Amino acid sequence: MEELMEILEEICPEVDFETEKALVDDKVLSSFDILSIVSEISEAFDVKITTAEVIPQNFNSAESLWKMIQDLRKRQGK
Amino acid sequence: MKSVLEYLEQSAARLPDKAAFADETGHITFAQLRDAARRVGSDLAACGCLRRPVALLMEKSLRTIELMMGVVYAGGFYVMMDAAQPEERLNRTLETLQAPVLITTPEHAEKAARLQFAGRRFLADEPGHGPADDALLARIAAQQKDVDPLYVLFTSGSTGVPKGVVISHRSTIDFIDCFTEIFGITNDDILGNQAPWDFDVSVKDIYSGLRTGATVQLIPRPYFSVPNNLLDYLDEKRVTSLTWAVSALTIVSTLDGFAYRRPACIRRVMFSGETMPVRHLNYWREAYPDAMFVNLYGPTEITCNCTYYIIDRAFAVGDVIPIGSAFPNETVFLLDDQDREVTGPGTEGEIVVSGTALGLGYYNNPEQTAKAFVQNPLNPCYLEPVYRTGDLGYYNERGELCFASRKDFQIKHLGHRIELGEIEAALEKVPQIRKSCCLYQEERHRIWCFYMGEIDKKDLAEAAAAHLPDYMIPNVFRQLDALPLNKNGKVDRRTLKEEMAVRRKS
Repeated sequence: MEELMEILEEICPEVDFETEKALVDDKVLSSFDILSIVSEISEAFDVKITTAEVIPQNFNSAESLWKMIQDLRKRQGK
Repeated sequence: MKSVLEYLEQSAARLPDKAAFADETGHITFAQLRDAARRVGSDLAACGCLRRPVALLMEKSLRTIELMMGVVYAGGFYVMMDAAQPEERLNRTLETLQAPVLITTPEHAEKAARLQFAGRRFLADEPGHGPADDALLARIAAQQKDVDPLYVLFTSGSTGVPKGVVISHRSTIDFIDCFTEIFGITNDDILGNQAPWDFDVSVKDIYSGLRTGATVQLIPRPYFSVPNNLLDYLDEKRVTSLTWAVSALTIVSTLDGFAYRRPACIRRVMFSGETMPVRHLNYWREAYPDAMFVNLYGPTEITCNCTYYIIDRAFAVGDVIPIGSAFPNETVFLLDDQDREVTGPGTEGEIVVSGTALGLGYYNNPEQTAKAFVQNPLNPCYLEPVYRTGDLGYYNERGELCFASRKDFQIKHLGHRIELGEIEAALEKVPQIRKSCCLYQEERHRIWCFYMGEIDKKDLAEAAAAHLPDYMIPNVFRQLDALPLNKNGKVDRRTLKEEMAVRRKS
């Protein structure tokens, strides 16, 4: 989780990822931020992310992103 | 033709009931757009808009295009402003413009009310309730010239103040006539509009639609954050043509979007704003082997683009995709640092442009205008203004023009053109900052800021947000006791670049 927080804070240093719970719904993250997050977490956590995962419920908070990463790692046998 | 309104009127006469602009909720026809714009123009004319700017603080919408064309009927020119920008930056823009009218939507009315603005304020639905005043509009039209401004687009300025590029009807008409002819845009097309309307990529969508009778299909911005929605929308709306920022195309390719759904009707994909990574281009070409792919190049100062390259061969990762050749009625050439023309393969020179597509300079900024728009140094015989792009290019072995890099510290970051100097100027307004230097790490799309001053990086990011739009806030902050200097006493960017190469460990 710490590594994820580092990635998020580097992509959007002005966002408080500890408290924000509607990053996509409230348009806190732009589409390009989301793309950067996808690229970084795919590499850092060795997971393949497809369009099906890029939905608000996975990207609305740091916790939901972390849960998605864990689920993907399990599903992809990592 | 002396006004883009002739595009609208001709399409409205030829195809009155065809959808001109559409969004997820509905559409307006060409005749409806013309009639609404004439009503709006009749109201705005009373505010003294002739050859003056009208600020539109709003997002793109069906109503926005009615207002934009209304401004033009009133003899003025429109300035799209992004309401997400910090108030300070919006105020600087308004100060530069001294506009007689500001129009906004209820959503942004509160923010608009806080802005320093002395002119007349309207909400978007207010102008145009009465009938059009045909005699008044005819009198205004008779006073207009083709070299009058059509729009002003603000771009980042290295001194800390954004610069407003002024583009005329003449330049837009010259560019759009060529653009639509060369790429075969017709009234059968549905143009999937990605770009926000304060970006000049959108000019190609808007005026290609108005000229040819094609429908401009506005793509809701949130769909770019949920790619499956985006792909569904493109397919369901039968979009045929994409003129997108490179970053927007890479959303689909990065996520292998076509494994989910491949929109059936796309036959033309054009991109600009940044260098297109070959692996992303290849992904798209594989999905659409019969489509036309075009690399477009050119800064806002020369009306959208000055060169194009229709992708006509396979490119391997590592190859450079050319920016190609000049649009008709424009000349693009390279000058070395002594203003001699560069023609040999492989030798770099500054890309310089002349022709009718050149902008009218920067609004209310003669100093910056005089620096960038200059007499062609190769022509001592008569007046021939050229725009010095600050981009370095070279000819490859096939004689095709290729982009190399920048001469200065301007960057392209996720579709935005940014002067790193503007970021530094904004950061140095934060009282704790003594000095800062920003660099761009292109391969990771990161803006780095090295700074001297007693402030935590989180607080600095927050302070920066009061002066800069989100996309200009540095991603990585590094506090240093002193910035390294080179032997000339300037910040040693090479040393800082080496620091950037060490990845994410703070």
